[in-house]
Amino acid sequence: MRVDVVMPQMGESIAEGTITRWMKSVGDAIDRDEPIFEISTDKVDAEIPSPAAGTLVEIKTPEGETVPVNEIVAVIETAAGAAASVPPPEPEKPAVEQVAAPAPAAAPTAAAVAPRTATEPGRFVSPVVRRIADERGIDPSRVPGSGAGGRVTKKDILAFIESGATAATAPPPSTPAPPPTAVVAPQRIGPAPVNFGPGADTIREPMSVMRKKIAEHMIDSRRTSAHVQSIFEVDMTHCARLRGQHKQAYIDRHGVKLSYMAFVLKAVCDGLRSWPILNSSLEGDDILYKKKLNIGIAVALDWGLIVPVVHNADHLSVAGLSSKVHDLADRARTKKLNPDEVQGGTFTITNPGQFGGLFGLPIINQPQVAIMGLGGIKKRPVVIDDAIAIRSMMYMSMSYDHRVVDGAVADQFLAQVVRALESFDESLL
Amino acid sequence: MDYRAGLRLQKRLVDGRRQGLLGDTLVLLEHPPVITLGRSSDRAHVLDDAATLAARGIELHEIGRGGDVTYHGPGQLVGYPVIRLEPDERDAHGYLRNLEQGLIDVAAHYGVEAGRVDGLTGIWAGEEKLAAIGVHLSTGWITSHGFAFNVTTDLDGFSAIVPCGIRGRGVTSLAKLLERSPGLDEVAAVAAVEVASALGRQAGPLTDNPDLPPGVSWQPDTAVTGGGRA
Repeated sequence: MRVDVVMPQMGESIAEGTITRWMKSVGDAIDRDEPIFEISTDKVDAEIPSPAAGTLVEIKTPEGETVPVNEIVAVIETAAGAAASVPPPEPEKPAVEQVAAPAPAAAPTAAAVAPRTATEPGRFVSPVVRRIADERGIDPSRVPGSGAGGRVTKKDILAFIESGATAATAPPPSTPAPPPTAVVAPQRIGPAPVNFGPGADTIREPMSVMRKKIAEHMIDSRRTSAHVQSIFEVDMTHCARLRGQHKQAYIDRHGVKLSYMAFVLKAVCDGLRSWPILNSSLEGDDILYKKKLNIGIAVALDWGLIVPVVHNADHLSVAGLSSKVHDLADRARTKKLNPDEVQGGTFTITNPGQFGGLFGLPIINQPQVAIMGLGGIKKRPVVIDDAIAIRSMMYMSMSYDHRVVDGAVADQFLAQVVRALESFDESLL
Repeated sequence: MDYRAGLRLQKRLVDGRRQGLLGDTLVLLEHPPVITLGRSSDRAHVLDDAATLAARGIELHEIGRGGDVTYHGPGQLVGYPVIRLEPDERDAHGYLRNLEQGLIDVAAHYGVEAGRVDGLTGIWAGEEKLAAIGVHLSTGWITSHGFAFNVTTDLDGFSAIVPCGIRGRGVTSLAKLLERSPGLDEVAAVAAVEVASALGRQAGPLTDNPDLPPGVSWQPDTAVTGGGRA
């Protein structure tokens, strides 16, 4: 059986390709997925895998020649007599890890033989083709197109049906994953999954320097402070509205994304000014009150956790806070923080809601006496004036050191922060 | 890293990536002076003859990537993304544009406004080329080769060639565009994040440490640490 080898579609905007090198000569035996020729399209070079196993019997396009996509450039005679000019029997695998050894190349092979011309849902498909496809239950994107720009013609789809390839088309696995999933799922942060080799039930690995420091620090804090927690609920609807209204202006004017963290920082600074005991530390039998409000922001990293500090947070505007937080988090992730940017913190805010958690009960960052945890902002039904309303709610927790801070003080501080957020002063923006 | 060692490393990474032995990887490095010719190169774009090149300490290599002739040398950040394009990413030009965007973002990080020029690949600051791009796709849609971003490159090296076969346009570097030039290591850290993000990936520490050619090692992670909540 003869199998046509075509110039593959390497991209949506690529209409032609130049064959730069034949890696096989006429008469050579070739395996499926073995590189058969190389092409060049302006700045991209690519190896093209063979669509079938057999013998290369004809080269139609010599090296150096440019041909349009889908043009037949060679012919392979297969030993087995499999169906010609159809996608390989194995349906194209979705983007998940392929298991069997030859499988990894299956997808590109399919791309080479049956250019995936219509993977996007919005791609034009003529009404005639659409009707035939619907009647036969075929996903038109699975049909190799020979029309302009790889468009599927009536002839193409009829040939496709005749070839018997329809059976392999029922699920359209080549359709890109539905975007909502991709958008909603937060980026994974944390160590990569452990790879157990064959025969290994456990893997021993020394802690990194950072891991060890975090461990010491956490245990030390547990031993030092008498942790107590309070949890409040904040209606963030007002802040969300302000953020929505001013977001674009902030990007235009300041080149920064207006972040919720900036709102919280503003409110926390005012609260700390009113309740200075929360911005203190304990040294022996003395309480040290700190004049500067240096607020640490915990940043989760793949390799651990770091708490860069916004020094003199009360001196910064909302725009300044937004850009500072952004910059510190960015540089934390690229390991570009200066040592003094992770020191001197007097109060810490962490963000256990990042992955959908309602709230967390954090461990105090010594020698500080309080740490605030922000839950995720979520729309929830709440009762306002005996009516049920949908509001953007957030849990705000705080762990504090009962040696110096009593519950009444902590709760009044939190209540003040909540009030400041729920009636955030727009003139600060 | 010697250019040839870089080629061997890429080959190993491409094979490893294809077999699923390692994840998507971005290699960032610096080469000694070398001129490389892509598959579509015109030899006439190398202006110096072999003897002159040798006298200037510049090697010449013909290699399997897209693009025309280019120069690599000290002070230039060379990046080789070895990634497997997933089915919905399998568009050679799309990949190229994403790579370009990553480099535009690196330039923007330093306040340099760089961009694309219609019909010309690479990243341009005004009329001058800041970064060159040349990409290779191996079977299985595994990428290799990549970009060469001029940070503190001695631009004299380019006088031996017509960069990318494009006449009438000069070459520039971050150092030439900025008063204070950042170091190569610093730009590499920025590039790791920006390029990864433009390619739809997230930069992180290496999780696989494949064997490397002699004299090359993966840098272990070192970072300042703080406390707080895990």
